[in-house]
Amino acid sequence: MAEQQNYYVPPSSIWPIVGALGLGLIAWGAAHTVIETTSDKQGWGSHVLFAGFGVIAVMLFGWFRDQINETMSGLHSDQLDNSYKQGMSWFIFSEVMFFAAFFGALFYARMIAVPWLDGASNNVMTGEVLWPEFVAQWPLVETPGGTTTQAMGWYGLPLINTAILIASSVTCHFAHVGLEKNKRGQLAGMLSLTIILGLVFLFLQGAEYIHAYEELGLTLQSGVYGNTFYLLTGFHGMHVTLGTLMLIIMLLRVLKGHFTPQKHFAFQATSWYWHFVDVVWICLFVIVYVL
Amino acid sequence: MSTVVDDHNHEAHHDHKPSGITRWLFTTNHKDIGSMYLWFSLIMFFVGGAMAMVIRAELFQPGLQLVEPQFFNQMTTVHGLVMIFGAVMPAFTGLANWMVPMMIGAPDMALPRMNNWSFWILPFAFVILLSSLFMEGGGPDFGWTFYAPLSTTYSNDSTALFVFAVHIMGISSIMGAINVIVTIINMRAPGMTYMKMPLFVWTWLITAFLLIAVMPVLAGAVTMVLTDKYFGTSFFDAAGGGDPVMFQHIFWFFGHPEVYIMILPSFGIVSAIIPAFSRKKLFGYSSMVYATASIAILSFLVWAHHMFTTGMPVFAELFFMYCTMLIAVPTGVKVFNWVATMWRGAISFEVPMLFALAFVILFTIGGFSGVMLAMTPVDFQYHDTYFVVAHFHYVLVTGAIFSIMAASYYWLPKWSGHMYDTTLARLHFWSSLISVNVLFFPMHFAGLAGMPRRIPDYAVQFADINQITSIGGFAFGLSQLIFLWLVIKCARGGEKAPAKPWDGAEGLEWTVPSPAPYHTFETPPKVE
Repeated sequence: MAEQQNYYVPPSSIWPIVGALGLGLIAWGAAHTVIETTSDKQGWGSHVLFAGFGVIAVMLFGWFRDQINETMSGLHSDQLDNSYKQGMSWFIFSEVMFFAAFFGALFYARMIAVPWLDGASNNVMTGEVLWPEFVAQWPLVETPGGTTTQAMGWYGLPLINTAILIASSVTCHFAHVGLEKNKRGQLAGMLSLTIILGLVFLFLQGAEYIHAYEELGLTLQSGVYGNTFYLLTGFHGMHVTLGTLMLIIMLLRVLKGHFTPQKHFAFQATSWYWHFVDVVWICLFVIVYVL
Repeated sequence: MSTVVDDHNHEAHHDHKPSGITRWLFTTNHKDIGSMYLWFSLIMFFVGGAMAMVIRAELFQPGLQLVEPQFFNQMTTVHGLVMIFGAVMPAFTGLANWMVPMMIGAPDMALPRMNNWSFWILPFAFVILLSSLFMEGGGPDFGWTFYAPLSTTYSNDSTALFVFAVHIMGISSIMGAINVIVTIINMRAPGMTYMKMPLFVWTWLITAFLLIAVMPVLAGAVTMVLTDKYFGTSFFDAAGGGDPVMFQHIFWFFGHPEVYIMILPSFGIVSAIIPAFSRKKLFGYSSMVYATASIAILSFLVWAHHMFTTGMPVFAELFFMYCTMLIAVPTGVKVFNWVATMWRGAISFEVPMLFALAFVILFTIGGFSGVMLAMTPVDFQYHDTYFVVAHFHYVLVTGAIFSIMAASYYWLPKWSGHMYDTTLARLHFWSSLISVNVLFFPMHFAGLAGMPRRIPDYAVQFADINQITSIGGFAFGLSQLIFLWLVIKCARGGEKAPAKPWDGAEGLEWTVPSPAPYHTFETPPKVE
């Protein structure tokens, strides 16, 4: 390195406070939407919620436009690039911990709460007094309260979806390799393939939900088995959706000629995110579906 | 390595400050953002304090005096939430914003725009939380720990507002923590190796890690409360195969590291102030670093000591008891190091030092009552009594808040460029010190005698002790107005402060003028 660049400190920007406003609207709107849809109250909840999403969309567009312009005009030193990479890594770590909370809930329910309700450990009387009929089992197809459901198998759609996501991680990796070797054709092709695989995954996941609701009777209200199933797969699906959106934006940028073999933080971050989503799915597949 | 300034293609770095309201709304400057965090925290300190006054007024006499029991519960709940998420955590983030870049010789925080975003989320979050108090049916009334089923089956309609407010507070904290951690890892001046960093930087590095690890777990907990309450899930309902005790496990997996999030930066502050006014180097620097890291690691293994009475196998109770007691070891290392730093030092008692000394003694009292609570069989008696209230107020008020006061008095000249009125500051210290002990010390006895927490009424036998406590509470509340007045006075003017107003102080922050220029260390300083 011949000379060290100054760390680029951006000038004042309107976008952070726009983002704060957007999150505020989403929080208020989401809360009131929840209250209004679960009671007979009337209000502005959903309007405010959508306004919040709109504000966030505007913020993301403006913020990333500024950011991209700065990158393209060469204001980014290696040190700044490192800040972004580290920031993204820590963000992904926080996401890991978010999923860990739900995996933890699944573990606790399956290994502790359900057996205890049937009298395991020193809780013999719990089973006798509360629900003498209850038999501990997992998947919990009949809750102590008597709600019944059918378990979701792992073969069929979930297995296909696993293959799809693993394949998409591979294509995403080869897109990255293409970028680093400056093979733009490979980059665009593999990236498009990754996006298509992501969309197919989401489509099949939707089909699986319909199957679960209509044929298996497995709903969000089916007791703790259904709860952990839907919250884990649901949050994962939200992350796939977000990841796919990010990939689409990366594809548009690739087609505009952005990124160099040396500098492509945004692409790299998206690819990390995609691999992370894939790893979460593998854990999900093994823990939620197979075991 | 010499550094060459590269400024050929942009002139973005004017040293004049932007003016008007947009300076604050759009800023990317770590000092502006630090100031906003600190002011926000001070406002929330008074909002939460006002709620504490309602609580103490109600408890001044036995019987229901002033407020409805449900409103009393809302006051205890929101007092806790506001003080934790609105006062203590933003104050530490504000201090980190101001001081970390200056202490490590960085031009700013690593991600300046995200920094501003983290801050501005907070006012929105607290408007939402506080507005729920005025909704039909009232605000959250299930305690700041929002145990299920109080927060699910039995909570009022506004719970969704609480949940989403906590969600965006969490987003703010995580982004703030990512910023701090990346700044420390990536932005240190050449020569500023890890083991040369000031302890405030070290403690914040570890705090930031804890924040990123546990705030998402809190998000998971509130999400499950939301779906249990509104969408018919049964995570915390035994009829559906869930368990209310599971809520406590998830919550305290967040909650216990959270209490260290609120004390580790204090350790850093005190480790800066005590050497400065003892005119000696900090005793045992590296052991301080290792002790901080040990506390952080242990903090993930002790969560269930909050739940000794709620149902766990004996083996688990013993495990959590022993792990909890282990924490006393690294904490003891710290206390002994501070004392050893003062040993044979040339000590002077300026106001920051007074607060730091009060911190060491009173925080240690809170630590001792913590060891008492850690003993499972003993906790069976103390659990959910005023003894617990006394314990955590000693570590949070005379611990965290006193250290924030100490930090304010230590760095206020650097921030404002003016010396503050030391007579007022001493008045603030002594009135706070006396009143805070009148406030919290008797609570120990009330708790040992069996007075439960979070109840608006009590048996007549507790009348005297509660009256004394309330008088201490009102006096402590009034004393903080002195601080408010002092800070405003100091911000507006006063005797010019030199670059280094404390002769024993060490660190890069004292090498820049007071007030610190809008941009510092645009070219990294060389650290020997």
